[in-house]
Amino acid sequence: MTDLQSISSPAIHSGDRAHEADHPTSQVVRFGMDQPLKLDCGVDLAPFQIAYQTYGELNAGRSNAIMICHALTLDQHVANVHPLTGKPGWWEIMVGPGRPLDTDRYFIICSNVIGGCMGSTGPASTNPATGKVWGLDFPIITIPDMVRAQAMLLDRLGIDTLLCVIGGSMGGMQALQWTAAYPNRVFSVMPVACSTRHSAQNIAFHELGRQAVMADPDWHHGRYFERDTHPHRGLAVARMAGHITYLSDAALHRKFGRRMQDRELPTFSFDADFQVESYLRYQGSSFVERFDANSYLYLTRAMDYFDIAADYEGVLARAFRGIKSRFCVVSFTSDWLFPTSESRALVHALNASSARVSFAEIETDRGHDAFLLDVPEFFDICRAFLESAGTARGLGRGG
Amino acid sequence: MPLPGVVPGRTGNYRSDHLLVAQMVKRGSRVLDVGCGDGDLLQLLEGRGIDGRGIEISREGVNRCVAKGLAVVQGDADTDLVNYPDDAFDYVILSQTLQATRQPKVVLENLLRIGQRAIVSFPNFGYWKMRLQLLVGGHMPRTENLPATWYDTPNIHFCTIKDFVQLCGEINVKMERAVALDLYGRPLRVTMPWWFWNMFGEQGVFLLSRAEKAK
Repeated sequence: MTDLQSISSPAIHSGDRAHEADHPTSQVVRFGMDQPLKLDCGVDLAPFQIAYQTYGELNAGRSNAIMICHALTLDQHVANVHPLTGKPGWWEIMVGPGRPLDTDRYFIICSNVIGGCMGSTGPASTNPATGKVWGLDFPIITIPDMVRAQAMLLDRLGIDTLLCVIGGSMGGMQALQWTAAYPNRVFSVMPVACSTRHSAQNIAFHELGRQAVMADPDWHHGRYFERDTHPHRGLAVARMAGHITYLSDAALHRKFGRRMQDRELPTFSFDADFQVESYLRYQGSSFVERFDANSYLYLTRAMDYFDIAADYEGVLARAFRGIKSRFCVVSFTSDWLFPTSESRALVHALNASSARVSFAEIETDRGHDAFLLDVPEFFDICRAFLESAGTARGLGRGG
Repeated sequence: MPLPGVVPGRTGNYRSDHLLVAQMVKRGSRVLDVGCGDGDLLQLLEGRGIDGRGIEISREGVNRCVAKGLAVVQGDADTDLVNYPDDAFDYVILSQTLQATRQPKVVLENLLRIGQRAIVSFPNFGYWKMRLQLLVGGHMPRTENLPATWYDTPNIHFCTIKDFVQLCGEINVKMERAVALDLYGRPLRVTMPWWFWNMFGEQGVFLLSRAEKAK
């Protein structure tokens, strides 16, 4: 690991992260022993809490609510300053007044997934039964578990039907799971850059990331918090590997090429000579400041287990039988993590179920991460799809 | 549509063949428009209370349709129709696209498997101007509505109205209605014989259904 020594120790103290896990800088709903979250692994999780952010106003008819489901390494801080990093929200470009997810028109909800580390109950939270951090004692969670928790949050907020569920990557998986599990609560759905099941290649990349975390001596079989340490090097490597899969050959070449970092000539060492190395190390070290290593293990596992058709004798179309929700499936040409072929398989299944489905593949060289970036064609489609869904649901122009 | 090689006639805001197609579709029915282009026909149909879906091969076309709020998926008539279940729609429309498919016969069979009825429109290669250009000019015909040259046209399977009628007979298709349009999109008189349509019809529009299977 000597070549990784330039990955700096986290600037944010692990105490801040731990505090955020139990006492988030977000709104929180708590569910007591009488309202357990029934997990797929057979465990009834209780008590538990969900941390969430909202933007815009819920209208009188409660018909303008949109749920954003976040991706693996993101959280509920969609369009506000992040409490740990101080950086802008991850989807400010999409969410706000006049933006495609127009906060003057819609009521936007995003909750931290169960198993996350930003305030919803997860491995970084304190287990009330022991008074200690859950760590690996936390039960294995799945994408359906995340969605079940979100549905309980909606119940608590008094919202019956969502105008739209939208999400990219792991968020797209949740959006699809919403339609399969609660077809009558979802008026429209926009799964972006995702799949109905995690591919072998993607499971392989996740395993690589998990092994990197577990190989870090600071991991201590998941009980690093008891020793006031964090496997930041292992998690940074996991993040670096993951980050490569979110980009594309063309995007990396355009951004960095073979350019050197603050030097003219190679140093003939394992220092970060190339800009791309320096960039990846930065991505790794900034990620570990805000993310819990065990949470990364749990959430990657949840994605690995995802396979909607498995609950329907392997026939995807049955998962969507008779569905009334409007679908807008979006993929990106250079996304090799969730390639267009995966979205196309979903569209075929939806067609076979006679669902009302739109499908657009957007040309970009920015890879999987394109859904987080400034891609005007994607914005136009998102805006138009939401507007037509809103109109069909009788939403006035002013919301 | 329109395909790059087809410039259709218009009546007001709408293409004349679209208006004719729209007349053939019953209100409240479910329609799949194969090769829906920018979604003009789908918009016309949805405005008349018809539940419309579309398939379009070009990414730009699909994105413009989705931006109009239409339910359109990116796909290819030659390869993607097989993924639709039987009887999924009341009508399947193939407007000015048949001549650009690799396997027109297979496509036509799929249209009538997916839909109870099919509406097919195509440029008539038997049109007198076409014949004249080949006969007198000795070159591949080009017209106002089909301006592409032979080497850059997407239209790889031209046929005449007569050819199409013959194909319908071969694959056991019933013709419920047939209309030939002149260069300006006006229907030719119904009383005219087939040879007249084949000579003076610039395009043909056919409403088809499945013929009773012989038992």
